[in-house]
Amino acid sequence: MKYDVVVIGGGPAGMSAGVESSRNGAKTLIIERNPFLGGILKQCIHNGFGLHYFKEEFTGPEYAQKFIELVNKEKNLDVLTNTFVTKIDGTNVEITTEFGKKVVEAKALVLAMGCRERTAGNILLTGSRPSGIFTAGEAQRLVNIQGKLPGKNVVVLGSGDIGLVMARRLTLQGASVKAVLEINPTTSGLRRNIVQCLEDFNIPLLLKTTIFEVVGKNRVEGVYYGSVDERYNKIEATKKFLPCDTIILSVGLVPETDLIDMQINPKTKSVFVNDYLQSEKEGVFVCGNVLHVHDLVDNVSMEGALAGKNASDYALNRLKKGKQYALSHSTEISYTVPTMIHSGEGTAVIKFRVRTKITKSYFVLKNAKGEVVAKKYVMACLPGEMQTFEVDRSLINSNLVLEVAGL
Amino acid sequence: MKKQTMMTCIMCPMGCQLVVDSSGKELKVSGNTCIRGENYAKEEMTSPKRIVTALVKTSFGVLPVKTTKPVPKSMIFDVVREVNKISLKTGKMGDVVIKNVLGLDADIVITGNKVDDRI
Repeated sequence: MKYDVVVIGGGPAGMSAGVESSRNGAKTLIIERNPFLGGILKQCIHNGFGLHYFKEEFTGPEYAQKFIELVNKEKNLDVLTNTFVTKIDGTNVEITTEFGKKVVEAKALVLAMGCRERTAGNILLTGSRPSGIFTAGEAQRLVNIQGKLPGKNVVVLGSGDIGLVMARRLTLQGASVKAVLEINPTTSGLRRNIVQCLEDFNIPLLLKTTIFEVVGKNRVEGVYYGSVDERYNKIEATKKFLPCDTIILSVGLVPETDLIDMQINPKTKSVFVNDYLQSEKEGVFVCGNVLHVHDLVDNVSMEGALAGKNASDYALNRLKKGKQYALSHSTEISYTVPTMIHSGEGTAVIKFRVRTKITKSYFVLKNAKGEVVAKKYVMACLPGEMQTFEVDRSLINSNLVLEVAGL
Repeated sequence: MKKQTMMTCIMCPMGCQLVVDSSGKELKVSGNTCIRGENYAKEEMTSPKRIVTALVKTSFGVLPVKTTKPVPKSMIFDVVREVNKISLKTGKMGDVVIKNVLGLDADIVITGNKVDDRI
């Protein structure tokens, strides 16, 4: 099998990349391990997707369906489901299906494998390991796809968006959610979800609070929980017992990089890319949550389209780049994607997150001489919200630094 | 008597802490930095509405559903209860399963097809 572009992953990033690549004239293949396209959207039955991309509000399955229809319409685009990629070799991939192993040759590769949830082991959750401990995504799958309730009395650890959404879902399905515990002084979820998933249902959100110990032999019987200090040390004097039969973990997502053999950026836990979303490996492009964990699926779709466009241009020998420069950032910013940026034609998109809440400031892009290349006013932004900054490539002629400046 | 309600504005990332004073004839909003905050607070006080999503039982498992319009926040559990009463033989994305649920001027519509769940 030979293609111009192969996309690994049939979630929102991969579908968008595949459609864009095909539209750009490249013979394209999407490889998906599930029996269906759509990825995690299929189990996100709540609404709120698509406001930015489609200017309309959809549920997850509806948003997925929009893209599945676009995929089906493309004549240049093939899809392989029930197929695992077991090895990447340059831009070729080894796939494993029920019929055995095979190699698919490609001129360019788009990595769109998404991310994984952090587990009880990842966060060194202390105490016993009875049944009744689920990640938020596992619980979501049980409830929304399989129609099963994971438990009746629930404590949610972590305030990631899936945890907040599951607190509401479990409440609506008849469970009692005792509390959401967040070890940090601020929540990691979107404010909209705090209001509509917790406050609407009077579910308490306890900040600077975590589980000290899981209690239970066969099934979870409860948790000892309490406050932590600035250095995240547990304050024993605050320890209390909360009976529950279920613990839902919503404690972060990590890019799914098992197949990737490249240098990993400790900030994003994924690979380094340039402004064409091209990795250190020639012809390999990266997008979506495998590159950095996004806040909104709309942003994933847009990033996927950019990767699909660039990968197909590359495969068809049409990708023209200028000179490459480094992009760094000040300490108020926790990371940028990309970390390398080109001069030349068109617009480069920089995505980043801030470390703490920032109000009424400017994001400023400076060149090596300290001159302002581009700036953008920011009314307010939170660490949980991804920021976007666009810069005209014709203005780039040296290494760049992204900073936050007061008014 | 002074009646005050606190809320966080969700119209933008500012997250203004709003205080709504409902002791007079008209609602008075403070803490907001723009008009959107005032409008949000007034709507949340007078007629907060939400799109409700739920799961409907079928002979082959559950399917996701939603209200086609936002319904009053106070009716969320009632709407879910109506959905829970139903058990469908068949159903696919786009099918209306309850017309004008509880007279709220919103339908309950299926939002997704059966997901192939063999893993």
